[in-house]
Amino acid sequence: MKRFARLFRAIDATTRTGAKVAALADYFTEAPEADRVWTIALFSGRRPRRAVTTTRLREWAAERAGLPLWLVEECYPIVGDLAETITLILPSASGGSDQSLSDWMAELMALAALPEEARKARILAAWDQLDRDERFLFNKLITGGFRIGVSQKLMTRALAQATDRDEAELAHRLMGDWTAQTTTWHQLIEAENSAADASRPYPFYLAYGLEEAPETLGDPADWHAEWKWDGIRGQLVIREGQYFLWSRGEELISATFPEFTRAPDFVPDGTVIDGEVLAWAEAAPLPFNALQKRIGRKSVSKKLLRDAPVILYAYDLLEWQGADIRARPLVERRALLATLVADLPPDAPLRLSPEIAFADWAALARTRAGAREAQAEGLMLKRRDSAYGTGRRKGDWWKWKLDPLTVDAVMIYAQSGHGRRANLFTDFTFAVWNGNDLVPFTKAYSGLSDDEFREITAWVRRNTQQRFGPVRQVTPEHVFEIAFEGIHESPRHKSGVALRFPRMARWRRDKPVQEANTLDDLKELLRVYG
Amino acid sequence: MKRAPVLSFTDRGIYCPAGDFYIDPWRPVDRALITHGHADHARPGHARYLATAAAAPVLRHRLGDIALDTIGYGEARWIGGAAVSFHPAGHVPGSAQIRVEVAGEVWVVSGDYKTEADGLCEAFEPLRCDAFITESTFGLPVFRWQPQAEVAAEINGWWRASAAAGITPVLGAYSLGKAQRLLALLEDGPILTHGAVEATTDVLRAQGYRLPQTIQVTPELDAKAHPGAIVLAPPAAMGTPWMRRFGAVSTGFASGWMQLRGVRRRRSVDRGFVVSDHADWAGLTEAIRATGAERIFVTHGYTEIFSRWLGECGYDAHIVSTEYAGEIAESGEAE
Repeated sequence: MKRFARLFRAIDATTRTGAKVAALADYFTEAPEADRVWTIALFSGRRPRRAVTTTRLREWAAERAGLPLWLVEECYPIVGDLAETITLILPSASGGSDQSLSDWMAELMALAALPEEARKARILAAWDQLDRDERFLFNKLITGGFRIGVSQKLMTRALAQATDRDEAELAHRLMGDWTAQTTTWHQLIEAENSAADASRPYPFYLAYGLEEAPETLGDPADWHAEWKWDGIRGQLVIREGQYFLWSRGEELISATFPEFTRAPDFVPDGTVIDGEVLAWAEAAPLPFNALQKRIGRKSVSKKLLRDAPVILYAYDLLEWQGADIRARPLVERRALLATLVADLPPDAPLRLSPEIAFADWAALARTRAGAREAQAEGLMLKRRDSAYGTGRRKGDWWKWKLDPLTVDAVMIYAQSGHGRRANLFTDFTFAVWNGNDLVPFTKAYSGLSDDEFREITAWVRRNTQQRFGPVRQVTPEHVFEIAFEGIHESPRHKSGVALRFPRMARWRRDKPVQEANTLDDLKELLRVYG
Repeated sequence: MKRAPVLSFTDRGIYCPAGDFYIDPWRPVDRALITHGHADHARPGHARYLATAAAAPVLRHRLGDIALDTIGYGEARWIGGAAVSFHPAGHVPGSAQIRVEVAGEVWVVSGDYKTEADGLCEAFEPLRCDAFITESTFGLPVFRWQPQAEVAAEINGWWRASAAAGITPVLGAYSLGKAQRLLALLEDGPILTHGAVEATTDVLRAQGYRLPQTIQVTPELDAKAHPGAIVLAPPAAMGTPWMRRFGAVSTGFASGWMQLRGVRRRRSVDRGFVVSDHADWAGLTEAIRATGAERIFVTHGYTEIFSRWLGECGYDAHIVSTEYAGEIAESGEAE
């Protein structure tokens, strides 16, 4: 763990990306291979399952530190990270440990099978032999996601530097259904035809939002347009008679969507399709909240399958007849995709996301204005000769979303954030008027500048009326413009509505509280856009 | 008959009825006793000031021509019916706790304090008292300072490594107290200072505090003429165009808040050094124990949490609302 802690210190001691990559590249050259594989696994979100609940960890840490539990609970929102809170309150270690990262990971995974008393003893013993940074990392490994300022992209770049291999090729190798226990450095990074992992998807190509006028893109004839759907981006892999559906977050979601079980019957082996998973009725997509019911379910009832059946609205073909065709121009990939889809039975859960023809940018802008009626968020613009890239790149693909809907709302509760936003009030609840009452209808966390968050934090401290644990009720005084992508009915919420992607668009310092919107205004939005 | 308390808490500040004076008041009063020169404790506008002789030069530098009377550490003085004395608080050079005794009952106002001797300011002196008014800026068990020598080694190591890489280290620190304390910790080598830091350093140096030689950064200064230098700047100058003259830099910030990774990352500095002029959790609890006081008044900081903890430890603990700021987690010069 010492070497891994050194890597962490090096990464943590700089804000420069170059220096972080260099530190990682050194690590990938020097560390034992098993530790390298674990490091790749951790930085690509392949953390083993949590063996201890955070409640137990807090209790044990409080007991070890000789502090009442409430005091530890009070510290947590101020520090903003449970692993760090525990690290800071524990007494200094009495011993040291030379165990490697992989040794510690094995230890952690063995915990799950032990009775609770034994787990506690192991954890207390670990705390007592790890120095501060090691202890922090250890706690990070047992608590939430392992995020310490290194993205998968950064890690892949470092890996490319250390191994002298192509970054895109490595990104592809790291995709898919592997774990640190089931692979080796050689298999993962070096082997030709590396284990021929049938399930392995390609890295998703992502678009930036179009901020300039579309005219800046040049000749409309060079561009392919289609709706930007509001579903789950997914990659359908058909190989060796099996199907694998991957989400953009690199999660295998095949079991959640059994509709695709039949796919290998009519899609040939060696095919990978990029598209949008959408809840579907007859000839059109259903609103996102229909799909919402299906998300995260491991087993799906017959009723749900009937109420909210899904399809993959296909927009790109990445692999065809077993060959990676991502480098070929979009028009060619689309033509192959169109042929493939045309041969499918009519009830197949796979359709072609249609191209939108347009003569000029003004005409396309008019089409875009009708996106909500088409259940879309806006348009996608793709250069006709573009290859299918890796990650988020500027230039060839753009999303041209609709302007969001907005409501002016009153802030009524505030809560402090986590991590880098610890100690700052960043999580707010907003309300609209219903007669003389303020009815909460949404939370929002983002959209303000650091300076604005600092200012509002100082204000919250001075204007707290009541505390409910970490939540503070504040004087209703500030109005914010809340922007969101969609609105739908929700009996679970007091206001009766739920918003899609709400965020703070502006702090309306010019608006008195009385002039914030009303519940009736929200209901009208629901009627028009819901 | 019930006597008036030795000190009471008013909307102008901490007030002593027996002596008709205030301690660190935040609204203009006739007579103000000042613990130290930070802006939230020493405000302009009072008719008469009393502070330690060691704090006087900084007070004059910051507040201009004020009616300032001085007193030595440990020297007793009667003000009306109150016996008053000033004792080292270990916070910044010249800082004091103020002891007030009325009819045999002793109350102590700590102002801001730190219990670890830093080698520059007068070391904290524990005082026995009946009631203790304490700050709680870092009154949470997550705040535990490592020994000063260890942080000094970290800072000097960072300086050496940056210099070897041809990068200029720029260290942010409050200009009164923290900056001079850091100066005293630095090894030999060229040290450049921002004007705000230099002004206060000059005042303290003239007073006889032992501080190394520094070079003030002026528009005419050629930063490249001082290879291997470290730069000391107030927080407000960090990340501004003022820093461009140094070329490639590595940024550091010295504050107790650097104990928290989130605060450090929000400040976007490369290195955070945990150096505070306030007591940490152990320092606060130990200082309170050493007073022997049963009644504890908690002023600025984590007042609610800290007083609840004191209550569970058997103290008669109260929260007092003041306008002191403590060390601020965000940018700004107020301390």
